[in-house]
Amino acid sequence: MSKDLSYATSHRKKALILSIIPGLGQLYNKQFLKGASFLIMSAAFFYVFYDLLNIGLWGLVTLGEIPFTDHSIFLLVYGILALIVLVFGIGFYLFNLRDAYKVGLSRDNHEPISTVKEQYRNLIDNGFPYLIMSPGFLLLVFVVVFPILFVLLLAFTNYDLYHSPPAKLVDWVLFKNFVDIFKVDMWRQTFFSVLSWTLVWTFVATTFQVALGIFLAIIVNQKEIKGKAIIRTVFILPWAVPAFVSILVFAGMFNESFGAINRDILGFLGIEGLPWMTEPIFTRIALIFMQTWLGFPFIFAMTTGVLQSISQDLYEAATVDGASNFQKFKNITLPLVLYAIAPVLITQYTFNFNNFNIIYLFNGGGPAITGQNAGGTDIIISWIYRLTMTSAQYSKAATLTMLLSIIVITVAIWQFRRTKSFQEEDMM
Amino acid sequence: MKKQNFVRLTLTYLVVLIMFVIILYPLAWIIGSSFNPGQSLSGSSIIPENATLAHYKELFDTSKSNYVYWYINSLKVSILTMLFTVILVSFTAYSFSRYRFVGRKNGLMTFLILQMIPNFAALIAIYILAMLTHLIDTHLGLILVYVGGQIPMNTWLMKGYLDTIPKELDESAKIDGAGHLRIFFQIVMPLATPIIAVVALFSFIAPFADFIVASILLRTEKNYTLAVGLYELVAKQFGAEFTTFAAGAVLIAVPIAILFLSFQRFFVSGLTAGGTKG
Repeated sequence: MSKDLSYATSHRKKALILSIIPGLGQLYNKQFLKGASFLIMSAAFFYVFYDLLNIGLWGLVTLGEIPFTDHSIFLLVYGILALIVLVFGIGFYLFNLRDAYKVGLSRDNHEPISTVKEQYRNLIDNGFPYLIMSPGFLLLVFVVVFPILFVLLLAFTNYDLYHSPPAKLVDWVLFKNFVDIFKVDMWRQTFFSVLSWTLVWTFVATTFQVALGIFLAIIVNQKEIKGKAIIRTVFILPWAVPAFVSILVFAGMFNESFGAINRDILGFLGIEGLPWMTEPIFTRIALIFMQTWLGFPFIFAMTTGVLQSISQDLYEAATVDGASNFQKFKNITLPLVLYAIAPVLITQYTFNFNNFNIIYLFNGGGPAITGQNAGGTDIIISWIYRLTMTSAQYSKAATLTMLLSIIVITVAIWQFRRTKSFQEEDMM
Repeated sequence: MKKQNFVRLTLTYLVVLIMFVIILYPLAWIIGSSFNPGQSLSGSSIIPENATLAHYKELFDTSKSNYVYWYINSLKVSILTMLFTVILVSFTAYSFSRYRFVGRKNGLMTFLILQMIPNFAALIAIYILAMLTHLIDTHLGLILVYVGGQIPMNTWLMKGYLDTIPKELDESAKIDGAGHLRIFFQIVMPLATPIIAVVALFSFIAPFADFIVASILLRTEKNYTLAVGLYELVAKQFGAEFTTFAAGAVLIAVPIAILFLSFQRFFVSGLTAGGTKG
C-alpha cells in the first residue's frame, strides 16, 4: 500500500480550514491550551490595533484630505506603524496555519500529538534563538527600520518648506524628486560633484587609516620591540579621545590666523600660512589627515588582537619548513589578519562614506562653492543634513538618502559575497 | 643577520617616534590651551606662561555653566546604553553564531545593510516618533535610539568572534547535560570576554561622542549631554571661548582615555588559542 493513498482521515485539511480563524484548528487538533491562547491573541490583536490599522492605512494612501485637521506627516507615521503591525500579524497568522496543518498531518499519520510538556520543550529548543533575539529585534524595528521606511516613503512625496503641515497637505509625487536630481542642472551638478568627492574621500581616507593601522600593529608586534605596552597605549590614544573633541581641537589647530599649524609649525619652518579653511583642496587634505589620525588606532587594536591570537605553532612549523620571515608574513600573518578583520574593513569604508561628524564639525562642509547648493567638502550625508536643516528640502533630502543607501548597500553586498568570512568556511 | 635586525629595529623605533609626535602634539596643545589665561585662541601656547585653573573652576560653577549636569547626563546615557547594548548584542550574536534557524541568513544580511545606513540620516523620523511617544527631551528616548543603532554593527562584530570559539566546547557541554542558557552563560560568554569588552567600549563611547541625535532629541539645556553642550559652547563663537572649551575637552578626554586603557588588556588576549587545547 503506498502511503499517500492511505490517509483514512483528513484532519490536516480540516485543521487548516478551521484555523482561518486562528486557534480553531488547534482546538480541533485537541491542543486546547495552544488553541485558546491563539484565539485570545488574535482577538487582542484586533482589539488593540483596529484603530491604528484603520487610520494608518487610510492615511498612508491619502496622506490626509483636510489641511489643519489632517497632519500628513503624522498620518504617514501611523501608516508605517500600521504596516509594521500588519507584517507581525501576518507572520503570526501564517505560523498558525502551518502549525494546524502539521499537527493535523501527524494525526492523519496516526502519530502521537505532542503533549503540552513536549510542546513546551519543543518551543524552548527551536524557539530559543528567536526568544533571546526578540528584544533586540523589536528595538531595531522601531528605532532603525521605522526611520528607514519613513525616509523611503518621504522620497516619493513633495514635503518641503512650501508643503508643510499643518497648513498644507503633503502629496505623493512618485518619482518627481529622482527626476529632478538628474534633470535640473543645479541639482545634477551638485550631485555629481558631491558624489565624486564622497568617493575620493571614502577611498583615500579609509585606505590610509587601514594601511597605517595594520602596518603599525605588525611592526610593534615584533618580538624584539621593547616597551610594547607604552607604544600600544599611545597608539590607542586618538581612539580613546572622543572623536568630536579631537575634530574640534583640530579645527582650532587648522585655524588660518590663530591655529597652531599655520602659526607654530609652518611659521617655524618659514612657510607662509596655508588657507586650510577657505580653499576646498586644503580643507580636503586636512580632513584626510585627520581621519587617518582618528581612524588608525581602531585597526591597530584589532590587528594587534588578531596577531596575538595566532598560534605560535604555525610559525614554528613554518620555521622548521625553512620559511623566511617574509614568507611567514605573507602566508600566515596577512591572510589570518585579513580574514579576521574583513567585516571590520568593510564597515570602515562605509563608516567614512557616511562620516558626518568630521565633515560637519571641522568646517561645516565648507568652504562654500559658487554654483551649487553644497559646500566644497560636503559628502552626501552632510549635504543631506544641510538640505534638511537649513533649507527644509525634506523630500529631496530623503531622495538623496535613498540614493546613498542604494550605493552603500550594493557595494557592501557585492564585497561581502566575495569575503571569505561571510561564507563561514571553517578556517584551518 | 645581526646588522639587518639592527636596521629593522631602528627604523621601527623611528616610525614609532614620529607617530608619537603626531599623536601627542594635538593632545599636548589642547591641554596647554586649557591652562592658558584669557579666553581666545590667539594667545594660547602649549606651555602657558601664567598657567591658570580658572577655566576648570568656571566649568564646575553651576551658576555659570551647566557642565556638571552635562557630565552626569552623559555618564548616565552612556552607561545605560552600554549595559543594554551588551545584553542585547550578546543574545543576538550568540543566536546568529550558534543556531541555524529559519530566517538566519536573511537576518544577517538585514543587519549588514542596516548598519550601513546611519540612523541619523532619518532624523526627522526619529524626531517625530519621539514626539508621538512623548520621549522627546528624555534620556530614555536617547538611550533607545542609541541602543537600537548599536545592535547591527556590534552583532556582526561579536558574531565574528564567537565563530572563532570552537563549537566542540558547547557540544561537549550539551552532551554533559547543560541547557541553552547554561552553555551561553558558563561556556561561551566567559570565553567571549574580550569581544564583550570591545562591544561595551564601543557602546559607551558612541553616545559620548554623538551629538547629532542628542541635539535633535534634547531640548532643554540642563538635559544636554557633554557633546551637545560643548559643541554649543564652541560653535557660538569659535575661538572666543576656546580655552574654556579646551578645559571641558580635557575633562572628557582624560576619564575616557583611562577607561579605555583599563579595557586595553582585553584586546590583547589570545583566548581562542587555549580554548580546545586545555
